[in-house]
Amino acid sequence: MSALDLRPAAAPAPWARRVLRHALMETRLVIRNSEQLLLAVVIPLGLIVAGVLAGDRLGLAREPFVASVIALGLWSSGFTSPAITTAFERRYGVLERLVATPLRRSDLLAGKATMIALLAVGQATVLVVAGLLLGWTPTAVAAQVVVAVAVVPLALVTFAGLALTLAGRASAEVTLGLANLIYLVGAAGGLLVPVASFPSWAQPMLRLLPTAALGETLRALATGLFDPVPLLVVLGWAIASVALARKVFRWIS
Amino acid sequence: MPAALTVADVRLSLGGRAVLDGLSLVGEHGEVTAVLGPNGAGKTTMIRCCTGLLAPDHGHVEVLGEPAGTASANARIGLMPQATGAWSGVRPAELLAYLASLYAVALPVSDLIAALGIDEFANTPYRRLSGGQQQLVNLAGAIVGRPELVFLDEPTAGLDPHARRRVWELVRELRSAGVAVVLTTHAMDEAEQLADRVVLLNEGRCVASGTVAELTAEKGLEELFLDLTTPGGSW
Repeated sequence: MSALDLRPAAAPAPWARRVLRHALMETRLVIRNSEQLLLAVVIPLGLIVAGVLAGDRLGLAREPFVASVIALGLWSSGFTSPAITTAFERRYGVLERLVATPLRRSDLLAGKATMIALLAVGQATVLVVAGLLLGWTPTAVAAQVVVAVAVVPLALVTFAGLALTLAGRASAEVTLGLANLIYLVGAAGGLLVPVASFPSWAQPMLRLLPTAALGETLRALATGLFDPVPLLVVLGWAIASVALARKVFRWIS
Repeated sequence: MPAALTVADVRLSLGGRAVLDGLSLVGEHGEVTAVLGPNGAGKTTMIRCCTGLLAPDHGHVEVLGEPAGTASANARIGLMPQATGAWSGVRPAELLAYLASLYAVALPVSDLIAALGIDEFANTPYRRLSGGQQQLVNLAGAIVGRPELVFLDEPTAGLDPHARRRVWELVRELRSAGVAVVLTTHAMDEAEQLADRVVLLNEGRCVASGTVAELTAEKGLEELFLDLTTPGGSW
């Protein structure tokens, strides 16, 4: 006979505790995962160092390049990491398991959003500090700061919506492969490579991508420009991607 | 007091195949209901209907007096899944502390770990545990929130006899505490040892039900199982 008091007494913890504990759980697991740390911090840090040291020889302007790398890091935290972790949560039956707890589906999504925000803030802090220590001197105008403050969270919502759309339908292995491929495509599609670098016929299409919207916003922020157009782009993408994720996401694989 | 679980004439097709075909069963508070059936009989699908992950095409499922899948019903149940059910890198102690934190009142995690013999591997990543160790962690996760109704999907699969007996004892304690237990199993002796009521499934239908004594009046439970069910598929 165990000493456990098994008499039924199930009742949910307060909402804030459920969401916070879930967010902390997921954050710990992501931080422990070396592959995801590589994408989130190590690669961007390496790019910043390489860009600062060899940028002049490669023709890379320091201010927009560091901003591009920060955008790339946010892309991995907002898209690649949640896509892969969620796909494996479905594969391992974690989501099926959590359904039979007080953690509501909206709590789980709020927890994931909090996890992404925590990672993005931590990652952006590391990259910004590293850039500043290496001589990065962004020259932002106030109006663009306002634009960036709106664009960054909307971009993260967009990326998370796309991540859940992919992970909510595809198998874990397919998601793993596609998420890494899409990471590279996104890096080339306006994150690391500015839209102005592409042929003029391709630029209007690229400007409609959420990756380009984030990249252009941070580059404008770092170089003293004001460009509010990306705000409209990510607003549209955020609404569409969340609606799509809600429609297609499956909790079991 | 309504039954803890009512499954009434549930039909569900997946991929064009009828997985549940008019299934009905009842689980009462303070009783163990054993659901037996070959692979593919619909046992896990039935549990998924009870947690709201799957919606029946026909019929209804009521959990603790509420429609299956509602947030308030799901907060009062426990689930031990048949396989995995945890992040690969999570440590058992960490997982159980997390699950406990979702409830206003939960079992003390250290006591639960001790009761189920999880101590020795409480800080080992889940992916490195044996199948039996994972089962014990899953069982602990199912009851940490002090549920009124608990679903145990093949709770002793892969366990050694010592661990199996420990799980049986815990199931009996749950019943004594007033918890409704619905367990699926392939093990006839497990059903005979634990069940107040046995439901025998075949191809998504209940083909026999009653107490162990009622069902075994003329022949053994395994013989009855072999007579009334068809060899399992891969569902």
